[in-house]
Amino acid sequence: MARVSGVFLIAGAMAMSCALSACKRSPNSFTSGPTVLAPLGGGAHALPPAAAAPADDGNWTMPGKNYAATRFSALNQITPANVGKLALAFTFSTGTNKGFEAPPLVVNGTMYVITPFPNYLYALDLTKPGAPTKWMFKPKPAAASQGVACCDVVNRGAVYDNGRIFFNTLDGQTFAVDANSGQMVWRTQLGNIQRGETITMAPLVADGKVLVGNSGGEMGVRGWIAALDEGSGKLLWKAYNTGPDKEVLLGSRFHPFYAMDQGKDLGVKSWPPDAWKIGGATTWGWLSYDPETHLVYYGTSNPGPWNPDQRPGDNKWSSGVFARDIGTGQAVWFYQSSPHDLFDHDDVNEIILADIPWGKGRRPVLFRPGRNGFFYVIDRRNGQVLSATPYGYINSYKGVDLRTGRIIPAPDKEPKPGRVTRDICPASPGAKDWNPAAFSPVTGLVYIAHINLCQDEGHSEANYISGTPYVGADVKMYAGPGGNRGVFTAWDPIRRRPVFEIKEDLPLWSPALATGGNVVFYGTMDGWFKAIDARNGKLLWKFKAGSGIIGQPISYKGPDGRQYIAVICGVGGWAGAIVSANMDPSDPTGALGFVNAVKDLPLKTTAGGILYVFALPR
Amino acid sequence: MSSRFRVRLLLFGAGAMMPGACDREEHHSRAKPVGETVPGGESPDTIFPGTSSAPPLDARAKLYDNNANAIAMGQTLYTQMNCVGCHSHGGGGMGPPLMDDEWRYGGRIDQIATTIAEGRPNGMPAWRGKLTEHQIWDLAAYVRSLSGLPSKDAVSSRTESMSTGTPQTLTPHGDIKNSDTAQQ
Repeated sequence: MARVSGVFLIAGAMAMSCALSACKRSPNSFTSGPTVLAPLGGGAHALPPAAAAPADDGNWTMPGKNYAATRFSALNQITPANVGKLALAFTFSTGTNKGFEAPPLVVNGTMYVITPFPNYLYALDLTKPGAPTKWMFKPKPAAASQGVACCDVVNRGAVYDNGRIFFNTLDGQTFAVDANSGQMVWRTQLGNIQRGETITMAPLVADGKVLVGNSGGEMGVRGWIAALDEGSGKLLWKAYNTGPDKEVLLGSRFHPFYAMDQGKDLGVKSWPPDAWKIGGATTWGWLSYDPETHLVYYGTSNPGPWNPDQRPGDNKWSSGVFARDIGTGQAVWFYQSSPHDLFDHDDVNEIILADIPWGKGRRPVLFRPGRNGFFYVIDRRNGQVLSATPYGYINSYKGVDLRTGRIIPAPDKEPKPGRVTRDICPASPGAKDWNPAAFSPVTGLVYIAHINLCQDEGHSEANYISGTPYVGADVKMYAGPGGNRGVFTAWDPIRRRPVFEIKEDLPLWSPALATGGNVVFYGTMDGWFKAIDARNGKLLWKFKAGSGIIGQPISYKGPDGRQYIAVICGVGGWAGAIVSANMDPSDPTGALGFVNAVKDLPLKTTAGGILYVFALPR
Repeated sequence: MSSRFRVRLLLFGAGAMMPGACDREEHHSRAKPVGETVPGGESPDTIFPGTSSAPPLDARAKLYDNNANAIAMGQTLYTQMNCVGCHSHGGGGMGPPLMDDEWRYGGRIDQIATTIAEGRPNGMPAWRGKLTEHQIWDLAAYVRSLSGLPSKDAVSSRTESMSTGTPQTLTPHGDIKNSDTAQQ
């Protein structure tokens, strides 16, 4: 009879879990109109530095739009008054169906599209009706690289400079291709997939150098950033993000602001013996550059493995931001936002350069909507944190001590051996993951498309086997307070408060685009491309794409002088891998626990990869 | 008790008495050594010209398939060798899901053993030389059990570590389409 009651128990448990999930996931009930929380501040507001954000020429040559990473187009033909008439101009199928995180680029009448693996590069002729293909370049990356890419086989974008297109391939190569002919100029192998290294980031091209960093924080790689000569592809310098000072390029110029980041060889001493050699701290996110000071800024990823008990110490230089001299690679300062990271809270998010009103003048800062849920304002000359304010729901940290610079974890949310820690907010992808915010100098606001997820987490001892995952964590994510899994926040970085918020049912994995006409664009994972009013969040227009949108929208001036808006759909990435990799929703731990949070996604969208370009009717 | 439930109970009782079910805990520590060449399974599922059927199931399959001991040993290895990092607890991640009924390279236990030993071109590492043949077959038995194909009384109700998921015995499965060519 014991067996019989067992049968009943199983059936009962299944029925209950279905009932619970039904309560949580009634379709679209969590998507709301904007909630206006504060008036748009008058008076002086933040502005990007002119050297890093020059006047808009109507092109879009790098994912961040400019070195200040504003993702702001000054074009202003499209306004809240006329955006309702926005209509499709042309489309293009990219021939891929994995997560599409890259933006198209536009340079003088040609559009360039880089796809996820196998990293096709297309050139489309915008001067002809329907934008026919001018050429296509196939870099043919190694197929096996797909097996060491942690979170879908994405690519975050190409860069145009000086007649060439620069991009990275999943198998760890950097390519330079002639923008007119589509012929390869050079290629350099930087990553080694046998060690679990891939490259998914968009390079930054500045000062005659192509800057590239590795991915693989979940594979026990050792993070680095490298500078290649723009003309030849030759390696100029390479700085590791862990290990001895001489390999991290920490020399006489290195002056971190806080005591916690000061000392000799911390990249070795803040780890158990030799753990720094497999400690992650990769460079898979965004770089910014200040041409006035020749400093390049980038964040480092989580330390490995995720299981923090295997790496006592602060794990330098993981989960922090570096400022380096672009000429030599020598570091100037570093700030660690999550020492001894507990939750996979990488610090690779975008770095927006801005000058804020300060006393009678202005102060040069960085804006950082961090993965750990704090919006950081950091002095970009020395790494001093001026403020760190929660922009999402946080219960795993109590705050950031501005005296020491140190984040304060909440003890009851620290994962401990032998237990599953529940209700950790924000979850591993943070309050916001890779998808960058946009900064409008017109409104002075930062537009953040982000997520609202919490998680349960249990740990096991991870074994290091090169070329395989090095994680040691069992994660299950779910919607945070309120039940909405996505949030769109317009953040006032001076008054440190949201001006409006829009709740979205699904996690937002698409970046935002701000425009001079005060229209802001973003996409949702079920394929809606939305235009909202930059001042109050009012929904002005929307379009349903063929697949979920996680790509970076852009705006450009076409050869006909009109303003165009472009976005590429293609669900995937960590959040959408359940669809693009056809995962089984019955395992809540799938895709490092993200599957549980988006079990309904396969019914809301399908895989694809299509470019949509919009314009106002003539 | 509904009549339908009574019928199920009867079927369950009959199943428990079937000879195959008695092998579920059998250990093979004193069995004859298995052959030295791992790829017992022809794979992937494909056309074999000049014959009217796929090659027969590897003789070793019956030592491991649906065997509680092999599945439990395989479950331990699945965590220790980092299979879980890519395939999660069957739902997939960097690697494809293992708990559904789609098998890119064949779902027979000998085909799964070959996949583990030789690797596959889109990212599956080759474990030949890193694991013994016993271990590879144990792993194959566990991987096959994730799909729900073996009977539930052979799989473990416990996980290897602190897990946020459900035990394998409680994992919901849709209607499993048996892609095991040997049994079709």
